[in-house]
Amino acid sequence: MKNLLHFIVRFHFTILFIVIEVFSLLLLVNYNNYQKTQFLNSSNFISGGIYEKIAAVTDYLSLSTSNEELNRENTRLNNLLAASFKMSVDSSYLYNDTLYQQQYIYRTAKIINNSVNKQLNYITLDKGEVQGIKPEMAVVTEKGVVGVVKSVSRNFSTVISLLNNRLRISAKIKKNNYFGSLSWDGKDYRRARLYEIPFHVPIQPGDTILTSGYSSIFPEGLLLGTVDEVQPSSGSNFHQIVVLLSNDFKSLSYVKVVGDLLKKEKLELEKGEEQ
Amino acid sequence: MNTIAKNLLRFFVLIFIQIAILNNIQISGFVNPYIYVLFILLLPFEIPGWLLLILSFLLGISIDIFTNTLGMHASASVFAAFLRPYVLNYFSTRDGYEVGTSPGISDYGFTWFLKYALIIIVAHHSFLFFIEVFSFSNISETLLRIIFSSFFSLIIIVISQFLVFKNRTNSL
Repeated sequence: MKNLLHFIVRFHFTILFIVIEVFSLLLLVNYNNYQKTQFLNSSNFISGGIYEKIAAVTDYLSLSTSNEELNRENTRLNNLLAASFKMSVDSSYLYNDTLYQQQYIYRTAKIINNSVNKQLNYITLDKGEVQGIKPEMAVVTEKGVVGVVKSVSRNFSTVISLLNNRLRISAKIKKNNYFGSLSWDGKDYRRARLYEIPFHVPIQPGDTILTSGYSSIFPEGLLLGTVDEVQPSSGSNFHQIVVLLSNDFKSLSYVKVVGDLLKKEKLELEKGEEQ
Repeated sequence: MNTIAKNLLRFFVLIFIQIAILNNIQISGFVNPYIYVLFILLLPFEIPGWLLLILSFLLGISIDIFTNTLGMHASASVFAAFLRPYVLNYFSTRDGYEVGTSPGISDYGFTWFLKYALIIIVAHHSFLFFIEVFSFSNISETLLRIIFSSFFSLIIIVISQFLVFKNRTNSL
């Protein structure tokens, strides 16, 4: 016992180092269980608040581009307004308003922190639980997919960016509906890879890649990008496809968070099937 | 200003500079300077080992909270802190370090600081970037990332030393 105590006192520096190091690595490995560590991320009160302050300053720098984008979006929406259509056929028609049920609901949010240079990139938004944002909602822009909400606090939320090794998105080729999974390989922030497309499927550079809608997160048919390059396969049965992402993650400022109103129903049904 | 207040201030200022400015410099995936290591470099010589490790852990975890990488910067910082006494020992002059001095350019000169900072920064960045990719595939890219980022961190840290050094002589 005395020897043990002596040993601990003598090597306390090394022992403490090992203890703290193991603790840090455990934190890192367990981080996917966001319930446990939900408080310690960029959407908590302090760090979210500081990021919002920083964003308030840096927003001025991208004001002109984001104005331009909002203008373009406004014009597009104006074109869809009922007031911009003239009735050209003078006959009665039936408008059945119970035939359609709203499935997706969109909320705008501002990005207050974003990165593209890490291997695991995350985005922080200025909206949270109070504004109706929940974990696992999709985050998109008019140009395409941005990511998935990871965790929320009262007024902020953290988004796993598409530029994150840990995110895989179910994707399909528009022209022939073959589906695979898209994820980022950590190299170029403009390019991701599409996996699991069998070798016999015809695919050329320029083909459009969309979300498949098989997951309960993304609506079907959102733009992900276009095929940039199909590399020769090295002995596997799958294509090596490089996808040019439609979103420029460096210039994002406003995003839309998509809530699926029918998600619970779908998940419950699928859970029932599995049992 | 006494030592504790000075280090406390440095702790918060470095975290702020890191998250507000340097984390937003996104030249490419290869240049990510992390200058918060300067806090570990400049802690006083007399600091007990346990306090050095704990302060470095707190520093790393604070950065982690802002970058959503819980444990990553913390483990790298603790690793750098663990190496610090050995590196200091290796570079010590014949008489050892004088009481009341700090391990900066102002007290021990440019060459000494450059060597000391280089080793700690490269160790820290290597640990960090390998933990970040969590694999040894694409090892050449990770190595390039370590080299470029360490280079820029070192430049920024040395320049900041000169700026602070000037202020100190004025105030004394």
